[in-house]
Amino acid sequence: MTDQTPALRLEGIVKTFPGVRALDDVSFAVMPGEVHALMGENGAGKSTLMKVLGGIHQPDEGRIFIDEEATVMTSPIQAKARGVVFIHQELSLADELSVAENIFLGELPRKTLGRVDWAALYARTDDILGKLNVGFNARTRVGELSIANQQMVEIARALTVDPRAVIFDEPTASLTDAEKVVLFDVIADLKARGVGIVYISHRMEEIFKITDRISVLRDGQYRGTLNTSETDEDEVTQLMIGRSLDLSRNHAHAELGEVAIEVRGLSCGKVYRDISFSVRRGEVVGFYGLVGAGRTEIAETIFGLRDPDAGAIYLDGKEVRIASPIDAIRHGISLVPEDRKGQGLVLGMNCRDNMTLPQVDDMTSSVFVSERAELSIFDHYKDKLDIRTPGWRQTVGNLSGGNQQKIVIGKWLSMNPKLLIVDEPTRGIDVGSKAEIHNLIRDLATQGYAVIVISSEMPEVLHLADRVVAMHQGRIVREFTAEEVTEDSLIQAISGIGGNGAAQADVTAQDAGCSRPH
Amino acid sequence: MNKETLIKQGGIWVFILVELAFFSIAGEFLSVTDVAFMDYGNMLLLLKQSAPIGIIALGMTIVMINGNIDLSVGATFALAAIVLLDSMTWPFMQALGDWAIPLAWLFALLTGTVLGAINGLIVWKTGVDAFIVTLGAMLGYRGLVFMYNGEQPTSHLNWTLVDFAEAQFLGLHTATWFLLGAALVLWLVMTRTVHGRNAYAIGNNREAAVNAGIRVGPHFLWNFMLIGFLAALSAVVFYSESGSVNPNDGMLYELWAITAVVLGGTKLTGGYGSIISTLGGVIAIQLLRKGLGHIGADTETVNLVIGLILIAVLFLDRQLNRRGKEELKT
Repeated sequence: MTDQTPALRLEGIVKTFPGVRALDDVSFAVMPGEVHALMGENGAGKSTLMKVLGGIHQPDEGRIFIDEEATVMTSPIQAKARGVVFIHQELSLADELSVAENIFLGELPRKTLGRVDWAALYARTDDILGKLNVGFNARTRVGELSIANQQMVEIARALTVDPRAVIFDEPTASLTDAEKVVLFDVIADLKARGVGIVYISHRMEEIFKITDRISVLRDGQYRGTLNTSETDEDEVTQLMIGRSLDLSRNHAHAELGEVAIEVRGLSCGKVYRDISFSVRRGEVVGFYGLVGAGRTEIAETIFGLRDPDAGAIYLDGKEVRIASPIDAIRHGISLVPEDRKGQGLVLGMNCRDNMTLPQVDDMTSSVFVSERAELSIFDHYKDKLDIRTPGWRQTVGNLSGGNQQKIVIGKWLSMNPKLLIVDEPTRGIDVGSKAEIHNLIRDLATQGYAVIVISSEMPEVLHLADRVVAMHQGRIVREFTAEEVTEDSLIQAISGIGGNGAAQADVTAQDAGCSRPH
Repeated sequence: MNKETLIKQGGIWVFILVELAFFSIAGEFLSVTDVAFMDYGNMLLLLKQSAPIGIIALGMTIVMINGNIDLSVGATFALAAIVLLDSMTWPFMQALGDWAIPLAWLFALLTGTVLGAINGLIVWKTGVDAFIVTLGAMLGYRGLVFMYNGEQPTSHLNWTLVDFAEAQFLGLHTATWFLLGAALVLWLVMTRTVHGRNAYAIGNNREAAVNAGIRVGPHFLWNFMLIGFLAALSAVVFYSESGSVNPNDGMLYELWAITAVVLGGTKLTGGYGSIISTLGGVIAIQLLRKGLGHIGADTETVNLVIGLILIAVLFLDRQLNRRGKEELKT
């Protein structure tokens, strides 16, 4: 590779914002046909670097080369014309338009008088889709596609030009394992065609599976590039956070108490069927399965956001009916939801008010809310969970993902729950905070809380759970104790034992039969 | 108060100072009268004239913070005014002498509250967007206004009432006291009570609010009842003095109220805003009207200028906020 010229090269990029040096002399190069991982904690400067590359920010110093030709990027459109395209984590598609219209959005082929040349549009789209080997066509409405297929549309968009470099920003964040395989095939294909690929992700597993080299940023500075084949997760993590991190399996069990919650025969249309399990105090039960296996929906049911068709929920041995989150909260059930920003936090509110939101009703002296009572709760959990914020007045939307998640957790701990359900506890959270959240969850179990952890990351489940419940297509297929669970057995279980599971895993559990009324 | 909120909420007051300075100086050269713009009596009158739209704008603020909007307030205002004036002509009311006044007020305020409650219940129970519901209500309530007395104005002049409305206490007119009183109460409601806190939460992120065990519907209902009450209060304050209501009165009031609210920095999308800033927005608009009149502009020009300034201010706000965000992302 060394005798080639890089497809994309950044040299000495510096970008400062008032009060902060976001990028400090960053250089790295992507060879043609190379998959180059860009790693770093949140706030390390990855997004800023990509914005510089896309022409959204202009660097204060430094230069960008494409095929060793110095280039000034002025906008994402101009970057694309130069052969640098971005596949963003958040999809930016128009649901009501067809696949073809989305792919050529802003550059629809035209005939005279500005009429759209539909024939050419569909022909060119089919041409591109042919290369990607997808199961939909140019005329499909984008809104009908699964998230994974929508991502394929984004990728197809990148292929309308002959790209020199494609930047993938957390592309697998919302993909199932089966869908990831398809994505990786596409990346391999691009690679074979000599395109340089920058792959931004927090997921070590993927990084080690598909990348050739790894460059690491920390605090806006370039920390080095490693050959993927010659390094390991520890070394990369150390570069990223400046220390090593113990993500080994957790076997230090807390003393188990009474059964806090028992679920018997819970069913919800086609979403999940015949779900029975129990959680004891002091126990962490992990729910593992593919996206769409019904895990989140079970959590929603227990929290009163979804009505089951059949089955019963017992708390402390007594059957309870939970028709709304209000009921759930009254019974001592808490949910840290999957979508922290969308479902967990009021982003425009300050830290304190977010934390006391569920109990502000009970904190009034006469007619007014007692600020003192609120502050004492906030201060208590700020210290206990080590929430790093300039003060309680800070708007939650301005905190990092890890601190935001701690606010959500603190909010529910302050309610002193019997059962804490944590759905995807570390999604979108950087490595350092991830470990803190993990320790926190283990600590809670030690203190006697009953905890359910839902996660799509196997290492997380293995690390946290005392028992693992494996789900496949809406059913519990097996329960493992921490001692007996292995990665292989877990993968087999969740992909449908004996069947060609991965292929049929792509069930859409949404809106089939039982409703989500709230 | 941190720097961020200070910039956001202080803006409108800076704008008011700029207006005062501009019209004072420009008035020296262009004024058609000899009276200085910042004349004491002139400013007191300005506050009084702010009151009708201002009281409605306060209600609009809480409804918008809650993530809704109410387009029916102008019609509610007119209907409450008719009830106020007409009820005083009813035989049994006339028999009560001046005791009819508080009763007439009560009828008017009740009318507003009930109309607001209807809006709130429909929004709560059907889940239809408040914009649509209150658009329908705007037409419907205005229809009621016309059904009441056709195209005829409804009039009744009660001199005790007029005296009360024109009274000045500590220099401020009755209407001004109502405006300030309502602002104080609503400010306390929005900043210090559970209802206020939850209204912000719902407006900012409804799903998260539901997940925190907050019942969304009752808060909607309360806020619509409050704005209905305030629209009626505005009518009570204004028509106690004027004594005659035309069926077209109060038209476009909803839009003036929204203009003042938005100028004060409350977001159309909900979850953010403040009562005090709305008060600033109301005063800023009234200053513009009066100031432009002071330097000899006609009514049509005034509307054009207010429109342009509204857009310019919101553009500026957007630029400032965007810069703030970019800094934070790094």
